[in-house]
Amino acid sequence: MIAHSVFFYIFSLIAIVSAVMVTVSKNTVHSVFFLILDFISISCLFIMIGAEFLGMIMLIVYVGAVAVLFLFVVMMLNVAEQKGQWFSSRWDGGTHIPVGLLVSLIIFFELIIVIGGWKYKPDLLNSLSINISTEVTNTRSIGNVLYTDYILLFQISGMILLVAMIGAIVLTYRERAGVKRQSYIKQISRERNEGVDLVEAERNKGVKIDV
Amino acid sequence: MSSYFSILFTEIYKIFFLLIPVLVSVAMIVWLDRRVWAFVQKRRGPNVVGPFGLFQSLADALKYIFKEIIIPASSNKIVFILAPVVTMTLALISWAVIPFGENFVLADINVGILYLFAVSSLGVYGIIMGGWASNSKYPFLGAIRSAAQMVSYEVSIGVIIINVLLCVGSLNLTDIVMAQQNLWFVIPLFPMFVIFFISALAETNRPPFDLPEAEAELVAGYQTEYSGMMYAMFWLGEYANILLMCAMGSILFLGGWLSPIDIFPFNTIPGPFWLIFKILFLFILFALVKATVPRYRYDQLMKLGWKIFLPFSLFYVVLTSSFLLYFDLLPGK
Repeated sequence: MIAHSVFFYIFSLIAIVSAVMVTVSKNTVHSVFFLILDFISISCLFIMIGAEFLGMIMLIVYVGAVAVLFLFVVMMLNVAEQKGQWFSSRWDGGTHIPVGLLVSLIIFFELIIVIGGWKYKPDLLNSLSINISTEVTNTRSIGNVLYTDYILLFQISGMILLVAMIGAIVLTYRERAGVKRQSYIKQISRERNEGVDLVEAERNKGVKIDV
Repeated sequence: MSSYFSILFTEIYKIFFLLIPVLVSVAMIVWLDRRVWAFVQKRRGPNVVGPFGLFQSLADALKYIFKEIIIPASSNKIVFILAPVVTMTLALISWAVIPFGENFVLADINVGILYLFAVSSLGVYGIIMGGWASNSKYPFLGAIRSAAQMVSYEVSIGVIIINVLLCVGSLNLTDIVMAQQNLWFVIPLFPMFVIFFISALAETNRPPFDLPEAEAELVAGYQTEYSGMMYAMFWLGEYANILLMCAMGSILFLGGWLSPIDIFPFNTIPGPFWLIFKILFLFILFALVKATVPRYRYDQLMKLGWKIFLPFSLFYVVLTSSFLLYFDLLPGK
């Protein structure tokens, strides 16, 4: 168990330090990199408690997809322009700080509730509603719960994500005039008599071609 | 405490036993790639250093080692140095779960295929970090292109993996190979194999999808500012990734270490050799594609990934699952 706890403390130390660095580091791209490090160490912790499926999904979804998009957005921002704008002296009573305070207060109370829930952990583990068996792999047991009892919630959350995605596309989509698009069908189905025209050209006059 | 150390030492011994052959074969595969490429185009290729030019890669490696590493003054130095390290590490750690035979695998974990998928999706970071830290236009554009391309094609690879998993009923790579004892998945899932192969080309930035390093537009993409050993690490990581994709293809579709027919002369050949043959076969296909096809345009690449491969592989998931359900073939009951 010694090696196990050594690894546990290494990973949790990395997780906590990188979580602090996300907020502390001045370069936005660096904080996204620290966020990625945080995700990776959290997924290592998941794997250490035997939830290997959750750990891998955490890696694939958060690190492999979400954080890449984060990086994209952050790299596109003009960081130099924003520097010193938030807490500078010419702060004109902007709306950032009250909203930020509200959100952090809510998260703080949520954390308190979570820690309060820790008290009931032994009861939860002993209750009959969760029968944890060591024989089936946790992928199978997650599937057994997710696709039977909670199938409706699972599907609805998928639909919400889809709607959010389509909504984002619809909101930012603008029809632009004069955009040339390639159509494979049009290109392939082009015949010779459409493209080639034999013209009797008169001397010294030329031919007018309308494209 | 001593038992921990003995376990640690045997594991480290095993890791070296796995990593050194992988690194050597990466060097050899670069030579093979250049040779095949040259033969298709009626050239000789590298044939001077050693017999058939076999030591060309070693000579190249020596050259890279002795070259100076130049770090641009305006670059972000830590991230700049970290990027090739990340690429190479990620390319090598995924070999831990590849089964070379029954019980002949470094880590036989339950979610092996997810591990492979997760590590290959992490591979983007080496490229983005390199491109961003170089603090220059070409590397940055190359990195952005490459990241978008890899994220897009990962989606269809994920759906293809779901197809295979439906037929197996397990995420373990050994189980995936053992499920193909009677019939390799390349036969019932042939369209998926083709799409997997093309997506693997895109995922590893190979031609015709080598847009991140399109010379005419972007010099060398994210590698532009790299030199010496750091460039060599990017390069090794890239080829290790290509080999890994070939290994993944042979495990998912071509029956891994299983021999094609279970009769006398074939089943005496040990499993690892079969896996190596299959990896080499897929790799030569990779090289032939590189030698024959022109580069895609970027919008065509995205169109192929999102509008053709993704819907088609989703449709095939529906087809496979309804087939398995109708004929009551679903595994793991």
